[in-house]
Amino acid sequence: MKDVREALMVGRNSEGKLVRRPVSPFMLGSAYRFQTSSLTSIMHRITGVALGAGTLIFTAWLVSAAAGDSAFSVVQAILGSWIGIIILFGFSLALFYHFCNGIRHLAWDSGKGFELPAMHRSGALVFAATIVLTLAFWAVAFLVG
Amino acid sequence: MSKHNATPTIDTRRSALGRARGLGAAKTGSAHWWAERLTSVALLPLVLYFIVSVLVLKGADHAVMAAYMAEPWNTVLYIALIAALFYHLDMGMQVVIEDYVRTDSTRIITLLVVKAGIAILALASLISVLKLAFS
Repeated sequence: MKDVREALMVGRNSEGKLVRRPVSPFMLGSAYRFQTSSLTSIMHRITGVALGAGTLIFTAWLVSAAAGDSAFSVVQAILGSWIGIIILFGFSLALFYHFCNGIRHLAWDSGKGFELPAMHRSGALVFAATIVLTLAFWAVAFLVG
Repeated sequence: MSKHNATPTIDTRRSALGRARGLGAAKTGSAHWWAERLTSVALLPLVLYFIVSVLVLKGADHAVMAAYMAEPWNTVLYIALIAALFYHLDMGMQVVIEDYVRTDSTRIITLLVVKAGIAILALASLISVLKLAFS
């Protein structure tokens, strides 16, 4: 190993032996066991990236409205079709998860909820809240109009 | 993967202190981190507003949509949502790409392409809301 930056990725384990530090994409499975912390963490990233892809729909919706009546009615029809509703259901699931787990991250940033029992409880709460909010959203969506 | 499993050895001529001094913080990390939190806090009420607006605009025709976006508060809140959302997305995607794309050239190109795409989507959304608001 001659590269300086690569050398910084080397540490010592508890026995004092030189080891390559695990780096981001290779952590789960090898260095970390799958558990509440790692699952909620990777899901925050996955839903974040998925929501990023979802902004394509958001932008298409707004641009078609600005383009005019015919373009907007096509987009509204696609979003209201079964395929559209399935995609929007996934979008809403990702949005509510990222929203709830984002609040969890903000609580950690303020120094609260780091203890393992609290972290496990808030993790379970995020999953429960995601499901409740998603179902509530779609219940209202189908009841309105 | 064998490269990653092999026991590493360090044979650079620089001392540990020299390495630490040579590659310190870039001094802008906290600004990026802070802006990510700030936009996430702003997005909490804005996303709730967006969810309500989506329910209001469910199945809306063009006239209803145009009238909705022309309401001053809706125009303002949509512009605020677009600004916070795409800024937050830009920073989030940057962190993900920097973590997972290891090769320098690939990482820089991916960052530029994704950031350009996000900027275009943000501008397209913004101009569309403004066009609906002023026509």
